[in-house]
Amino acid sequence: MRHRSLLILTTVLTTGALTLTACGSRDKKDDNGGGDKKTTVVIGVDAPLTGQNSATGLGIQYGVQIAVDDANAKNLVPGVKFEVKALDDKALPPTGQQNATALVANKDVLGVVGPLNSGVAQTMQQVFATANLVEISPSNTNPTLTQGKDWAAGNKTRPFKTYFRTATTDAIQGGFAADYAVNTLKKKSVFVVDDKQTYGAGLAALFKQGFTKAGGKVAGEDHVNVGDKDFATLVTKIKNSGADLVYYGGQYDEAQIVTKQLKDSGAKLPLFGGDGIYSDTFITTAGKASEGDLATSVGEPVDGLAAAKDFIQKYKDKKYPGDYGTYGGYSYDAATAIIKAIGNVVKDGKVPADARQQIVAEVQKSQFDGIAGKVSFDEFGDTTNKRLTVYQVTNGKWKAVKSGTYDAG
Amino acid sequence: MHTLPQQLANGLLLGSMYGLIAIGYTMVYGIVQLINFAHGEIFMTGAFGGLTVYLYVLPDGISMWIALPLMLIGGALVSVLIALGAERFAYRPLRGAPRLAPLITAIGLSLALQQAVFNWYPKAKNDEVFPQIPGGPFHVGSITFGTGDIFLITAAPLCMAALALFVRSSRTGRAMQATAQDPDTAQLMGIDTNRIIMIAFAIGGLFAAVAGIAWGLKYGSIKYEMGFQAGLKAFTAAVLGGIGNIYGAMIGGVVLGLAETMASAYISNVPGMEQLGGSGWANVWAFVLLILVLLFRPQGLVGERVADRA
Repeated sequence: MRHRSLLILTTVLTTGALTLTACGSRDKKDDNGGGDKKTTVVIGVDAPLTGQNSATGLGIQYGVQIAVDDANAKNLVPGVKFEVKALDDKALPPTGQQNATALVANKDVLGVVGPLNSGVAQTMQQVFATANLVEISPSNTNPTLTQGKDWAAGNKTRPFKTYFRTATTDAIQGGFAADYAVNTLKKKSVFVVDDKQTYGAGLAALFKQGFTKAGGKVAGEDHVNVGDKDFATLVTKIKNSGADLVYYGGQYDEAQIVTKQLKDSGAKLPLFGGDGIYSDTFITTAGKASEGDLATSVGEPVDGLAAAKDFIQKYKDKKYPGDYGTYGGYSYDAATAIIKAIGNVVKDGKVPADARQQIVAEVQKSQFDGIAGKVSFDEFGDTTNKRLTVYQVTNGKWKAVKSGTYDAG
Repeated sequence: MHTLPQQLANGLLLGSMYGLIAIGYTMVYGIVQLINFAHGEIFMTGAFGGLTVYLYVLPDGISMWIALPLMLIGGALVSVLIALGAERFAYRPLRGAPRLAPLITAIGLSLALQQAVFNWYPKAKNDEVFPQIPGGPFHVGSITFGTGDIFLITAAPLCMAALALFVRSSRTGRAMQATAQDPDTAQLMGIDTNRIIMIAFAIGGLFAAVAGIAWGLKYGSIKYEMGFQAGLKAFTAAVLGGIGNIYGAMIGGVVLGLAETMASAYISNVPGMEQLGGSGWANVWAFVLLILVLLFRPQGLVGERVADRA
């Protein structure tokens, strides 16, 4: 166990040291750039860029990068040159909080896109709120982030006015998936698995609720640990439960191994998950075992949207790593919302003293057509675009099978 | 309880995996009293070595029946070389140093190896898909096996039997036993202890490579960080069985694997324990077992009580 605590200590120290050096070097560069006529404004990005969830995380980073490049190329905000500062949170809540602190401390940062994980968002919200710095997540789906912890009882209060998201919530996603499972797939009994994280456990609970409400039966439940590789025990339990569907609340890292071991054991049940498993990596790693598996994801498929064609082309031309499919479009729109807000606040390259505060107010008023749909926020900071899509793995590719909205009430 | 045979098989398979890795911890500890925390990473590099042979050395689309032996050789070559290199350059210079020094070195080496694979192996930042033996699943009564399981359940006992035979009957094996009992006297009797230590590291690396490839075949993907948790569990297995004892490593592995499986499969069925069962609690029960064993049998399940080792 000494090994572990030392490891954690080393990680914390290294991250701390790296963050500090990163700050230092950037400040220096900005001083040099003072001679330039344009003011440099930094859009921060926080997402897992290495390790767990990094394929999706990189999709966020480069989605923002393209939005910023576009803004610079079109000179969207005269007198301002935008830069991206992407920090890696490794999908770890404490690292996310450190990154948030680092972004807040950099006075050139006027807005942040991220994080990917709802659990990470929880540790960052307060830091941004204190500094009045706007944060737009392209992917957080846990309802408590915008509607407070009593949202399920109908008692919604917005905890942080600086937090917005372009993704819709699990309250809608879980119900939408359950509705599809019962009414379209005609599934009667489900085995629900989650990874005990804010996102996974929350989504699984909402799916379960929706599934029983729609007339289905929960055959069994289990929870796994993030980082587990051996799911033989779980697979045996699932096979024996008589379920005709497995619902997995969590990320693709574990889901891809669960589905592989499930199919290897001879079981023929599809695995159904949320936007956390909607990633090309899921299919590559699970291989043939993923065939027929399903996932819901927020919004419409980016590949099918006319407005996103240009974006996808740029992403592919630049050969950026990661999957843009899930949140790339939302990241682009989130960054654009921040850029537009900055455009209303920063005139002729002059940044007012209370710029961050004004930008929060401007983001709240956002109203434009993004590449992944209409961008505007309700009184909780949630997107008003509540469309979702069910995807199914067909011939080794995610194929959209149904798009729609779901009334959570 | 008709899932019991399948769950026992699951536990046995998981345990064999732990046991194969645990051999490396126990061999090295038995001879130089060093806990080689980098062993989990040696296991990981073995898996990547095997994959490299498949992806970059062999022609595409080659049959797994030809590829597998070559992958085993490639994986073993990588792990053994890294294990020997670690011994020669990281541990040997510290042989006379206080015990904490090589331990810290081992932790550093573990991080370095992990990051090296992460940074320099192509595409290793995500899970790497590992080739599979075609066929299966096979059914034996109510138990289902995949092809990877068959490989593991064949390889683990074979390796163990070969090792037992080697240590018991070969000249080098007896020299190893002598060095483990008393390195100074063994050296006085004309045993080249440096050579014996290197052999211990090499055997550990060899077993780790077999485990690494079995892991890839069984779980279908490998990752740069897979050695951390697997290594920790295998170390637990080695301590559980009695560190320093090669039979203990295998028995400890199997006991640990079975305990984890049984706990996550059945504890939630016990009335009043619903909250404490399930796969999420597997690690908790594994370590509860370790604590209990250490309380009542500090030397481990089959370890001998040795006063001067702790």
